[in-house]
Amino acid sequence: MGIDSLKRSLWVFHVNSGSCNGCDIEIIAALTPRYDAERFGIKLVGTPRHADVLLITGPVTKQMKEEVLRVYAQTPDPKVVMVIGNCGSTGGVFYESYNIDGPVDKLFPVDVYVTGCPPRPEAIIEGVVKAWKKLESLEAGK
Amino acid sequence: MSNSFELCVGPIHPALKEPIKLDFTVEGERVKGVSFSLGQVHRAIEWAATKRNPIQVLYMAERICGICNMCHPMAFSMAVENAANIEVPERAEYIRTINVELERIHSHILWAGVAAHELGFDSVMHYTWRVREKVLDIIEYLNGNRITKGILMVGGVRRDIQEKDYGKVREALDYYKELYAKLEGIMLNDASVRARTKDIGILTKKNALELCAVGPTARASGVKKDVRVDWPYAAYPDLDIKPVLPETAGFKATGDTYTRIIVRLLEIKQSIDLIEQCLDKMKPGPILAEPVLQKLLVQLKNVQGEGVAFQEAPRGELIHYIKMTGQESPYAWKVRAPTYANLPPLVPMLSECEIADIPIIVASIDPCMSCTNRAIITDKGNSVLSMDDLRELSIRKTLAMQKEASK
Repeated sequence: MGIDSLKRSLWVFHVNSGSCNGCDIEIIAALTPRYDAERFGIKLVGTPRHADVLLITGPVTKQMKEEVLRVYAQTPDPKVVMVIGNCGSTGGVFYESYNIDGPVDKLFPVDVYVTGCPPRPEAIIEGVVKAWKKLESLEAGK
Repeated sequence: MSNSFELCVGPIHPALKEPIKLDFTVEGERVKGVSFSLGQVHRAIEWAATKRNPIQVLYMAERICGICNMCHPMAFSMAVENAANIEVPERAEYIRTINVELERIHSHILWAGVAAHELGFDSVMHYTWRVREKVLDIIEYLNGNRITKGILMVGGVRRDIQEKDYGKVREALDYYKELYAKLEGIMLNDASVRARTKDIGILTKKNALELCAVGPTARASGVKKDVRVDWPYAAYPDLDIKPVLPETAGFKATGDTYTRIIVRLLEIKQSIDLIEQCLDKMKPGPILAEPVLQKLLVQLKNVQGEGVAFQEAPRGELIHYIKMTGQESPYAWKVRAPTYANLPPLVPMLSECEIADIPIIVASIDPCMSCTNRAIITDKGNSVLSMDDLRELSIRKTLAMQKEASK
């Protein structure tokens, strides 16, 4: 599998919707020198308005639901939503909690699920490659 | 007319990786007041525990926090062992100690990176995160996973450390010993880091005592307090350990951000030493009090009583309390994470500081919100200052100071 064209760098915005930090530190680990996803131009940006990809970690707690929805609305189209970790994908160990409005795909469509608790940085990078392809197909269809 | 504005930070901001909401009252560049609200990472873990058996809760305890994911299950199993009067085999205590100390190294190096990032030194952040990979490698080698390890069990551990692996652990420790001088040079002797952290965010000894600060935050203010020494648990009674205070390295315990950096760096050194002591003193033996899971479950089901465990997590004192009433699931479980105790001291630290210093001061207590809960800064009714804007301010201040210094 390869990416057809590298027209531009992917910019990523990271939302923590009530995660335990495990996935979050693995995302940073994926960007720092050992795994170095930044060499492909992938970088974390400070606002969803600059992002192509939304990385969501955590099971979406009730307090964070509105914020997560607002961030989703702020991200310009075409966008790809990636969920990192089991609790965002299915609820994980917190599945029965009364304070959870997730998993994320209950709120809006998700394109790439990276499962694992937490997933390894390699898995996150593989997920980003899939998101890249999806983004390209979205842009081609435009 | 009042000149004060309200500034709100969080709950989603890119600098801290977790949600917290902080409300500041500012006058110009000066912070006059601060308050915070928590609850964004409330996942009802303690409630869910009352529907699962203690072994299942163990894995949930591991997921309270992705950084202290050895301390939480360990404190939980210590509380259960306390309630059920289970004696943990000696070797298991050593393996637990080695793992929490490895976790402390990983957590403190990670923190050094985050602190550097808040100051605008991204190269230092990348450097520290690269050297952190070595300890993750060793954690993975010993436990089979980088972050969540899943090696704890009520009454011991699930995986032994083979004698042939000692060399590998020692090799990693030597790597950090060599590196230590360099880390110290970067974090303590760099003129810009010093200028940005010295006399910033002061927590006096009096305030630290009154507001019950814990862990490195308290020790940086000169409060001699370390659960590993005061209430030794696991293998600590056998080890030679003293609380790390800034004075031990010849610094004054002023309680500013700089001393908090010193304390954390010294603790990395201390952890290396502790692991070496453990490797030397560890004797062969069983690693589980009750190796048959079914038997253990039956035993735990019949427990009636309460258990408490205290622990020194990387961020400070961690307390787990459990009550069992002869049911399959615990009747109650309470976790008091260190950041919860360290948030009130943030108020005196942040008052009268400059807005640009907020990120580094908040980072200096090493907040862990998934253990506890997060911070927001808003301009009254109008614009919201994101953590990004704040970091921008912070970076600008560093650059301005460097210019000033080079004149």
